[in-house]
Amino acid sequence: MKVRIKFSKEGSVKFIGHLDIMRYFQKAIRRADIDIAYSSGFNPHQIMSFASPLSVGHESSGEYFDVELNSFPGRREMMNALNAVMVEGIRILDVKVLDEKEGNAMASVAAADYLVTFRDTITLPADWKEKLTSFYAQDNITVTKKTKKSEKEIDLKEGIYALEIRGEQVYLLLDAGSGSNIKPGFVLETFLESIGVSVPEFAFQIYRLETYKRTKKGKLLPLIS
Amino acid sequence: MRKLALTDDILMQVEKPARYIGNEVNAVMKNKEEIDVRFAMCFPDVYEIGMSHLGIQIIYDMLNQFEDVWCERVYSPWVDLDAIMRKEQIPLFALESQEPVKDFDFLGITLQYEMCYTNILQILDLSGIPMLSKNRSEEDPIVIGGGPCSYNPEPICDFFDLFYIGEGETQYRNLIDLYKEYKHSDMSRKDFLMKAAMIPGIYVPSLYEVRYHEDGTIAERKALYDGIPMTVTKELVKDVSDTYYPMKPVVPFIKVTQDRVVLEIQRGCIRGCRFCQAGQLYRPVRERDVNKLKDYALEMLKNTGHEEISLSSLSSSDYSKLPELIDFLIDECNKRKINISLPSLRIDAFSLDVMQKVQDVRKSSLTFAPEAGSQRLRNVINKGLTEEVILEGSKLAFEGGWSRVKLYFMLGLPFETEEDIEGIGELCNKIAAVYYETVPKEKRNGRVQIVASTSFFIPKPFTPFQWASQDTKETFLDKAYLTRNSITKQLNQKSIKYNWHEADVSVMEGIMARGDRKLNDVIRKAYENGCIYDAWSEFYKNDVWMDTFKECGVDPDFYTTRARSEDEIFPWDFIDAGITKSFLLREWLKAKAETVSPNCSMQCQGCGASVFGTGICFKTKE
Repeated sequence: MKVRIKFSKEGSVKFIGHLDIMRYFQKAIRRADIDIAYSSGFNPHQIMSFASPLSVGHESSGEYFDVELNSFPGRREMMNALNAVMVEGIRILDVKVLDEKEGNAMASVAAADYLVTFRDTITLPADWKEKLTSFYAQDNITVTKKTKKSEKEIDLKEGIYALEIRGEQVYLLLDAGSGSNIKPGFVLETFLESIGVSVPEFAFQIYRLETYKRTKKGKLLPLIS
Repeated sequence: MRKLALTDDILMQVEKPARYIGNEVNAVMKNKEEIDVRFAMCFPDVYEIGMSHLGIQIIYDMLNQFEDVWCERVYSPWVDLDAIMRKEQIPLFALESQEPVKDFDFLGITLQYEMCYTNILQILDLSGIPMLSKNRSEEDPIVIGGGPCSYNPEPICDFFDLFYIGEGETQYRNLIDLYKEYKHSDMSRKDFLMKAAMIPGIYVPSLYEVRYHEDGTIAERKALYDGIPMTVTKELVKDVSDTYYPMKPVVPFIKVTQDRVVLEIQRGCIRGCRFCQAGQLYRPVRERDVNKLKDYALEMLKNTGHEEISLSSLSSSDYSKLPELIDFLIDECNKRKINISLPSLRIDAFSLDVMQKVQDVRKSSLTFAPEAGSQRLRNVINKGLTEEVILEGSKLAFEGGWSRVKLYFMLGLPFETEEDIEGIGELCNKIAAVYYETVPKEKRNGRVQIVASTSFFIPKPFTPFQWASQDTKETFLDKAYLTRNSITKQLNQKSIKYNWHEADVSVMEGIMARGDRKLNDVIRKAYENGCIYDAWSEFYKNDVWMDTFKECGVDPDFYTTRARSEDEIFPWDFIDAGITKSFLLREWLKAKAETVSPNCSMQCQGCGASVFGTGICFKTKE
């Protein structure tokens, strides 16, 4: 059966890259004695798939991956077994057996929301909040998005589902679908460049709050809901 | 949450920030208010190398079992972070607490290879600890060295307050108890060091003086104070089944060189190859109990979640319960989908059968280490591997489906001739011919692949070859060309690939290996001139080293190419490693006479290691 696991990644573990987080969970599942299914072949590997890679340096309370299990110990039992073998900064927040017809974690991802803090390496104009509000009020925001293969013009506005100023932080709900994913740093860089503020490297502290799937009716729901 | 020593800005700038954050699975956290002695255990190379070392894991586990001690880990910052730390004056820190090494009670540095010596200075320098022992104050940590290179500690003796000679499991408790006495009384650092020198296995270099002859060889070694022992005897674990072993090794986040459970099945080696330092230093052979090993394997797999397990020893095929252990591991690992990685086993019907069970034959290759190209030279080095055994093993392997063979040789061995070197090409050719005779055309998957690699021989202390002259760089390279020519003129040359090691660094390793106290200045100046990470070919600066030797007026050839007389006093002679100098000399003379010596399980050679009262020395007499 397919089981979805939700976890958080906070503090020093934000410096562990995506591939290493995958390796970390492969080992954690063995330590917790979870009855995971393996692929066949000479080098069997655990059947496991991650929802959406988190960039190095970002923290999150809404990370997900799916595993294929031979037997399910129960939600509480599985959470406890995994939490007993976690390191500081990574917690298992939820576990759910998936419906047969539920798509895999990666394909299901439609959106993600973030809380962005400006780091003290960047100097913001006093009226940045007003400027950000009018930036977001534009009908469309044409930008050039660079991918590994090509450069294309896109309307950034289409990928921003929500933008709010929360105190000194910025809340963003963004398209996170494969191929249309918008990075929170990219949105704010585009804004800052548009008002003539130079953006140093590592200007933002980014926290992913949740990862969402889209229902048939178009509603966004957390990947476990 | 723990506060990191480095800011986010720095961690985002450097390669692999996970090297510096600690917090790995099984890393030991303690409340520093509740402990008395803080120990920083350092492997002076990058994290991925240091984390792969079993010895540190053993000592880390042992020290942390002591309630009054907290042992943490330190590795060399990679060159990117090194530059930032210097520029921003950030002190080197330990991974667990993220606190400066300078505030610790001990800084232990493991000495696994000679080319890490400048990295020791990097560690001291970045920590803000004076490089020279004599300049340290009561506030500085006690700097202690250990590991194989501490069997000739003289080239780096100015940088250490003490060295621990031998296996770490036995005397640390006594040393720490003495330290606590010093810490909580008005005892001076000097008094502490003098008392430490009385603990078995502990060497305090500052308590001795060395006088030299005009030709640079040693005339005399003197203790500066009465009662300081003139020899230091290595420490050794008598019962390796009843001692510390880390059931919960630290599991790194990032991929490291040895990313698996390591099961040390025995210590020492019966073989007595004359070039091999480990084979002499760790005598006598002591096996761990097979039932304990089975328990350890399962518990360590459970505690780490590693997907692979490997056996560790100098010669696994000589472990008496190997078939029983491997059967058990295959059984249990299959259930858990764990891979088994087998160390260099002797190639025979048994090992081929095992390898077929644990690895994909089509993808794996077979390894032989003949070390020399001719039987004559193999007799000189006492490598008991004959051409017949190699060809027979290859035949069996080719029948079993293997088509890749790796061969390891050394160039520059004592008493080597051109014929011996040409033998390398001939042996490779014969193996290729065996393939074409054994495997019918329709079953072949292209050519057989034979890869011959040569390294340059470096004479090491405590081996019968400690008297040998080392070749010059030019001779090394001539021999590599000769080897290549010997291969290209073979019938099956298209099936044979040849790799050789760099010569510069082999010469430097040879200088350090048999060096004396005069090298301390050279190493310090080389570090100041920018040498660091010498074990990494991309950072090794041979020209800077050579200029530094000139600057210091030290002749490198004195340590390498010079012929040594049988009665020369060597810098390391004050260490008693069990094996006697007279035994080593007997073996040196037998090498000259091309005579082999039987191994420990066949017939005792009276090497001296039986003084430890344990291991194979007593097993055979039972």
